[in-house]
Amino acid sequence: MTAGSLTLTRPARRPVLGPVHDVLAVAGRNLNVIRRTPRLLLFSTIQPLVFLVLFRYVFAGVAAKSIPGIPYVDFLMPGIFVQVTVFGAMNTAIGLATDLQSGLLERFRSLPMSRVAVLAGRTLADLTRNVFVLALMTAVGVAVGFRTHAGAARFLGGLALVLAFGFAMSWIFAVVGLAIGDPETAQAAGFLVMAPLVFASSAFIPVATMPGWLQAFAAHQPVSYTASAVRALVLGGPTATYIWQSLAWFAGIITVFAPLGAWRYYRAA
Amino acid sequence: MVSSAIEVSGLTKRFRSVLALDRVDFTVPAGTVFGLLGPNGAGKTTAIRVLTTLLRPDAGTARILGIDVVQDAAAVRRHIGMAGQYAAVDEHLTGRENLRLMGRLAQLPRWEFRPRADALLERFGLAQAASRPVRTYSGGMRRRLDVAAALVARPPVLFFDEPTTGLDLISRGELWAVIRELVTDGTTVLLTTQYLEEADRLAGRIAVIDRGRVIADDTPAALKARLGSTVIEFGMADEQAAVRAAELLAQRGTAPERDGSRVRLTSNDGSAVLIDAMHDLDSARLRPTGVQVREPSLDDVFLLLTGHHAEEETAVGDSQPVAMGAA
Repeated sequence: MTAGSLTLTRPARRPVLGPVHDVLAVAGRNLNVIRRTPRLLLFSTIQPLVFLVLFRYVFAGVAAKSIPGIPYVDFLMPGIFVQVTVFGAMNTAIGLATDLQSGLLERFRSLPMSRVAVLAGRTLADLTRNVFVLALMTAVGVAVGFRTHAGAARFLGGLALVLAFGFAMSWIFAVVGLAIGDPETAQAAGFLVMAPLVFASSAFIPVATMPGWLQAFAAHQPVSYTASAVRALVLGGPTATYIWQSLAWFAGIITVFAPLGAWRYYRAA
Repeated sequence: MVSSAIEVSGLTKRFRSVLALDRVDFTVPAGTVFGLLGPNGAGKTTAIRVLTTLLRPDAGTARILGIDVVQDAAAVRRHIGMAGQYAAVDEHLTGRENLRLMGRLAQLPRWEFRPRADALLERFGLAQAASRPVRTYSGGMRRRLDVAAALVARPPVLFFDEPTTGLDLISRGELWAVIRELVTDGTTVLLTTQYLEEADRLAGRIAVIDRGRVIADDTPAALKARLGSTVIEFGMADEQAAVRAAELLAQRGTAPERDGSRVRLTSNDGSAVLIDAMHDLDSARLRPTGVQVREPSLDDVFLLLTGHHAEEETAVGDSQPVAMGAA
């Protein structure tokens, strides 16, 4: 049909723009997929909104006793932000498991592209998605009574910390998704990682109200540190310790899980 | 300069107790089609995965255009394209977006991969569907898109893993035409298949693979000469009748093989042998319950070369019973 031949048997050229080019290409593809599945985006965004509204009204009365001095909604909001990004990181696991199952990862691995681009492109797309979700959460939060106590700059700083934390969580879930390799199981397994981190933390209620054995875990896990750091930024007061602790977790998670993910990616079958 | 596009030597890969590749050797001259023929579980896909740098072999070497697939995997990836048994494309992207993504990731500049993607969509009859998400495509359309994706970067060496499995006859014929066209342009193609006919139609050379081992490496013509071009199979009333029929037919020097109540002849002169055999059987009052005349299949090749049927990995002889499957 066409005179123009199917091949010129000319090898593809070497990467010019390097890994950045590949990461952006993969991230662009993933964002495109998010855009094409609006119902998934809608319902996965509504879910945390439901948590926000329910918690804000259901727990407000009980929580008021253990959190004197500030409205519960102001205490809750930073925790909800962190929760949203941890829940959202589940998409990283599901997305990678889906690509693994469909054979797409195999094809990527046979291409002359950067070795980290598929994982970095996925986590970057999920980071971008989180920006959108956090903006929406903020709007709904304000609508149900949330107010920042320490100014816009500190509030935005808090959101930046949440995004960084969500990015780190995405790398954990990338490893989960690749290790499990089928979307439904990845979702179920992801929940097991996510639930204790989110609920046994200071995200929704102060750790001091928990039994002693649980406090030992709840006080020292990354969700609590990050929720406390964001809370300190938003409500005012000293922040340095919390921020450093949260950033230390961020760095630690990336240092462990990025290489682990890259390793899993290359032996994923 | 490099006359062999693919050189495989002593390639070995073991998965737990299964030897998927057992000292496999073959060479594929540039600009030819090489067929790896074998049943499920023979090691064909493992061979492709090693050659496309997805899997490291335990021993042996493989070179693509002289480049070692283990030592310099990144360089190999710049010269190869692959299409697998299932369509490895993104469901949510459109056909065009899928091809463009492949072009970008193959490091082609935009001015090159954009027209290239459109030309391929046109060539594979997907131009009308180019702006639709792939999840609306039929199975045949997905597979065509998958093959097109392998061609975006114009790789000089292509790997097709059972490219026509699950395709209807028309799609299969179209894909065969594409492969022939590619080879005319100088591309080297390695394809795996379970169909002798497919290997025969496309490949200049065929390696028959059984339980990880190459048991024959020859031209299709030579393989078929050993087989006979026609297989005639008589179904007899019972095993006893089949034994007598086989004895009778053997007197004509046709070397019949018996399998239960069936008797099989292979010949290069099908119709004459069929008429003679029918005559002999009729004279002896051995009326067949069924007669089949057909081209030789993969199963016939296996019976000839190994004495056993082409079948999936089963607990035969030295292989261990598979106990871990139940867990």
